[in-house]
Amino acid sequence: MPANKNSVVMDERAVRRAIARMAREIVERNAGTEDLILIGIHRRGVDLADLLAEEIEKGEGRDIPRGSLDITLYRDDFSAIGPRPIIGSTDIPGNIDDRSVVIVDDVCHTGRTTRAALDELADFGRPGRIYLCVLIDRGGRELPIQPDFVGRHIEVGPHEDVAVLVPREDGELAVQLRDVE
Amino acid sequence: MSGPRLLQGARVLDPAQRLDAVMDLLVVDGAIARLAPAIPAPENAEVIDLSGLCLSPGFVDVHVHLREPGGEHKETIESGASAAVAGGFTSVCAMPNTDPPIDDPAAVGFVLAKGERARLARVYPVGAVSVGLEGKEMTEIGELIAAGAVAVSDDGHPVWDSGLMRRALEYTQVFDIPVFSHAEDQGLSGQGVMNEGAVSTALGLRGIPNASEDVAVARDCLIAELTGGRLHICHVSTAGSAEIIRAAKARGVRVTAEVTPHHLALTDEAVRGYRTDAKMSPPLRSASDVAAVRDALVEGVIDCIATDHAPHHYEEKEREFDDAAFGVVGLETALGVSLQEMVLGGRLDLLELVDRMASKPAQIAGLPAGSLADGANADIVVFDPEERWECRADRFCSRGRNTPFKGRELVGRVVMTLVGGRTVYDRRGERADARATVKVSEDVG
Amino acid sequence: MTATVEFGKDLTGLERLTAEQITAILDVAEPFKEISERQIKKVPALRGKTIVNLFYEPSTRTRVSFEFAEKRLSADTVNISRSGSSLQKGENLVDTARNLEAMRIDMVVIRHQSSGAAEFLAQRIPSNVINAGDGQHEHPTQALLDMLTIRDNLGSLAGRRVCIVGDILHSRVARSNIWGLLKLGAEVAVCGPPTLIPHGVGDLGVRVFKRVEEAIEWAEILNVLRLQLERMHAGYVPSLREYNRVFGISEARLEKAPRDILILHPGPMNRGVEIDSHVADGPHSVILDQVTNGVAVRMAVLYLLAGGSPDRAEAAKQEDRS
Repeated sequence: MPANKNSVVMDERAVRRAIARMAREIVERNAGTEDLILIGIHRRGVDLADLLAEEIEKGEGRDIPRGSLDITLYRDDFSAIGPRPIIGSTDIPGNIDDRSVVIVDDVCHTGRTTRAALDELADFGRPGRIYLCVLIDRGGRELPIQPDFVGRHIEVGPHEDVAVLVPREDGELAVQLRDVE
Repeated sequence: MSGPRLLQGARVLDPAQRLDAVMDLLVVDGAIARLAPAIPAPENAEVIDLSGLCLSPGFVDVHVHLREPGGEHKETIESGASAAVAGGFTSVCAMPNTDPPIDDPAAVGFVLAKGERARLARVYPVGAVSVGLEGKEMTEIGELIAAGAVAVSDDGHPVWDSGLMRRALEYTQVFDIPVFSHAEDQGLSGQGVMNEGAVSTALGLRGIPNASEDVAVARDCLIAELTGGRLHICHVSTAGSAEIIRAAKARGVRVTAEVTPHHLALTDEAVRGYRTDAKMSPPLRSASDVAAVRDALVEGVIDCIATDHAPHHYEEKEREFDDAAFGVVGLETALGVSLQEMVLGGRLDLLELVDRMASKPAQIAGLPAGSLADGANADIVVFDPEERWECRADRFCSRGRNTPFKGRELVGRVVMTLVGGRTVYDRRGERADARATVKVSEDVG
Repeated sequence: MTATVEFGKDLTGLERLTAEQITAILDVAEPFKEISERQIKKVPALRGKTIVNLFYEPSTRTRVSFEFAEKRLSADTVNISRSGSSLQKGENLVDTARNLEAMRIDMVVIRHQSSGAAEFLAQRIPSNVINAGDGQHEHPTQALLDMLTIRDNLGSLAGRRVCIVGDILHSRVARSNIWGLLKLGAEVAVCGPPTLIPHGVGDLGVRVFKRVEEAIEWAEILNVLRLQLERMHAGYVPSLREYNRVFGISEARLEKAPRDILILHPGPMNRGVEIDSHVADGPHSVILDQVTNGVAVRMAVLYLLAGGSPDRAEAAKQEDRS
C-alpha cells in the first residue's frame, strides 16, 4: 500500500507507549538503574533520551544521568559530503568507565551513525556495557549493528523516508512516513 | 638604395606644420621629398595605398630601458628596438642603468653600434650623470656627448646629492643637452613598494607617499632655476609635481616633463590582488593624481608621453610583491593606451596626441625626428586610430611580458612603421587576411 | 534546517569574507572548544588529510596553536620552518609550492614576511591555503579568535566599541580585526603613535585616536598590540620607556575609564612596554582565553575549508533530512 504524503504511522500516544515499554525493558535488562547513563545522539536522540529518562525516573524514583553526543566529527563520509556547517554539543556526564551506557537515537538505518557514536564514546572512556535504543528500526543495515531496544520496526519503501518528530525540534511528538522524489 | 615610395591617401598628421589632412607623401632616398594632395606616382615608385589610415612622424620615446649590456635575459637592444617599431616608435632614448652602466664613451659607442646593427628604430644613448650611477663623481659628459649621447641621467636612481645635480645642470649647458631626472626622495620612499594610501593600507604593503616625488621635483626645479640648466622631469605621477612644474615654467625655468601611458590610465587600485605587473617606480597613484597629470598633459605643463619601458624576466615578476622587480613594458601598448585614455576620453585630438608622442619628445632630446617637413628623415608611423585589439603579452616583440594591460582591449594600433623610408614593421598583410576572413564568413552567412 | 554557508578554497584574509561566513566560523568554533577539554583530545574528522605548516617567519604561538588544532582533528602534519630548510637556501615561494603540491598535500598553513604571500600561494596550488600571517597584510585566525573571545565575554559584537592600540602600521592583526569587527557591526578605532598609524586608515571606516586616554574614554574593549622592538631601532618611537609612558596600558590609566574595559593582547607580551603586568594579569584580561580560543577557531577553519565545496554542502543538506 503506497503511503500518502506525510502519513502518520505513530501518533503521540503510540510514541509514548513505545517509550514507556522501552524504559521498562532497559531497567529490566540492566537489572535496575545502577550505573545507568542515557546518551542521546544529536539532535532528536537527545530529546528522546530525555523522554526515556523521565519515564524511568517515574518508575524507579531516582535521577538518571543524561548526556548528548554529536557524531559529526566522527562520520566516515567526510570526504564524500564535506564538513557540516552546524555541529551540536557533546556533553558526557562524568566518568563513563564501567557504567552502562544507553545510546538513544531516533532512527536506526545503515548503522553508521551508531558506529560513529561508539567510536566517539570510546574516546571518553570504557563503559562496562553499551546498549542501543532507537524509536524506529527501518532496516537497511550496512554494518553488523543491531539495536537492543526498538520502539517499532517500519518497512520503508524505496521512495519513502521515515521522520521522527520531537517536541523541542518539531513542536510535536510523532512518526511520519514521507514520500521522497 | 631602394627606389622612391609613394604613400597614398592617408590622413596625414604633422604637428610641426599644424597639418591634419588627407595627403600623399613621397619618400626618396630615405627622406621626405614631397607632401601634397594627389602626387602623381614617379616612375619606378612603389605605391602604397594607406586610405583610411593615419600617417604621422614616427613616435619618439625619450625614456626606455633596453637592458643591454648586462640584462639580455630581460631585453636586448635589438628586441627592444623591434618592440619600439611595433609600437610606432622610430627613435628611442636608452637609459644608462645597464650593467655596466653607460658612463663612458665606449659604452655609448656600444649602444649606438648595437642599435645601428639592428636596423630597426634609431637608438640614442643617454649617458650617466655620475660614474657608476653612484651619485658621487660626475661623468665625462663632454666625451659622452661626443660619442653620441643625447642627454644625461642617473634614471633608476635619483641624483640624491643636490650639489651634484647643480654641477650637472651647470656643466650640461656647454652642450645644450637636458639632464633627465628621476625625481624621488628615497628617504620618503623608504622601503615602499606602491602608492601610499587606502589601498596600500588595506593590502599591508609599504607605501611611497606623493611627497617623495614632489619634494624631489621641487628641488630639481629650484636647482634648474638657480643654474639656468635644462631639466627634464621623468615620469611625473603626482598632482603635486605637476603643480610645481607649472609654477616653475611660469617663472621661466627651463624644465620639461614626461608622463607614462600607465600613469595616465591606471590608479593604485590596479595593484589589488598583489599584481606585480602593476608595480613600478614611481607607483600608480590615486584617481585625483591621474586626473591632474592628464590635465597637465593637455595644458602642456607636461610636454610629452614617454613609456619608461622597463622589461623584466618573468621570474622577476612571478613572486611575492615585496620582492618583485619595479617596472612595466610600454612600447607596444603606448599608442593604444594613450589614444584610448586621451583621445577617446576627449582630452586631446589626434594631432595633439602625435605632438606629445613625436614632436615634443624629439625637441626635448634634440633629435632629428618628429616632423614631416621636406628633407626630414622618412621616419613614419601609419596607424589605425579605430582598431580595437586585445593586449596579448605573449605576442610582444619585447622580451618583457610585464604589462598591467594584459587582456585589456585597447583602441588604436600601429599598422606600419618606416625608418629612413624603409619598412621596419608591417601589419598590412595580417589586416588584409583578417578582412578576407570576415568577408568570406559574411559571404557564407 | 541547516544554514548553508559556503567557503572558498582558502582563507587568506577577512576582507573578502562576509559577515555570515565569519559568524559561521565562530559558531563552528564553539563545539570545538569542548574537544580540548576531553581526556582524549582528538576527533577523527580530518583523518588522512595532510597539512603542511609552512613558516617563513619564526613563530611559536601561532604554529603550536595550528598544530594542536590539526592534531586534534587527526590530520597528519608536517612543519617546515625557515632555518635548516630549503626556504633558507633561497628557494622561491613558487618552487616551494610546486614541490609541496608534487607531494600531494591537502592543506598549507603559511606564515610569510611578505604581504600577499598567502594569496600568491593560493592562486598557484589546488590545496587549501590558510594564512597564518602575511607581512603586514592579514592574520585572519588571530582576528577570529579575538572576536570569539569578545563574543564569549560580551555576548555579541554588534555595536561594541573596540580600540586597537599600538603599531597599526606594521600589524596584520590590526587589519584583520578591522575588517572582521566592522563586518560584524562593531565600532572600531585605532590608537598609537602617528608614526605607526597607516596613511588612509580612516578610509577603512575606523576612528583614529592620537592619545591613549581618549581611546580608554571611548572603548569597551582594548586590543593591545605588541610593540616590536625593531620599531624602536628604525626610529618610529624614540624609546620603549617613552612608549610606555605615552601609550602603555596601565592600571592608573584604566582606573580613569568610565566603565570596565576588556583587555586583549595577541601575544607575546612585552610587559612594562605596551601593557603593564597588573593589567595583563588583572580581572578584565582575557589574554589566556584568547589562547584557548585560538585552537578552537583554527579547528573550525581547518574543518570548514577541508571539504567546503558548494556541492558538498548541498549533499550534506540532503543527508540531514533522514
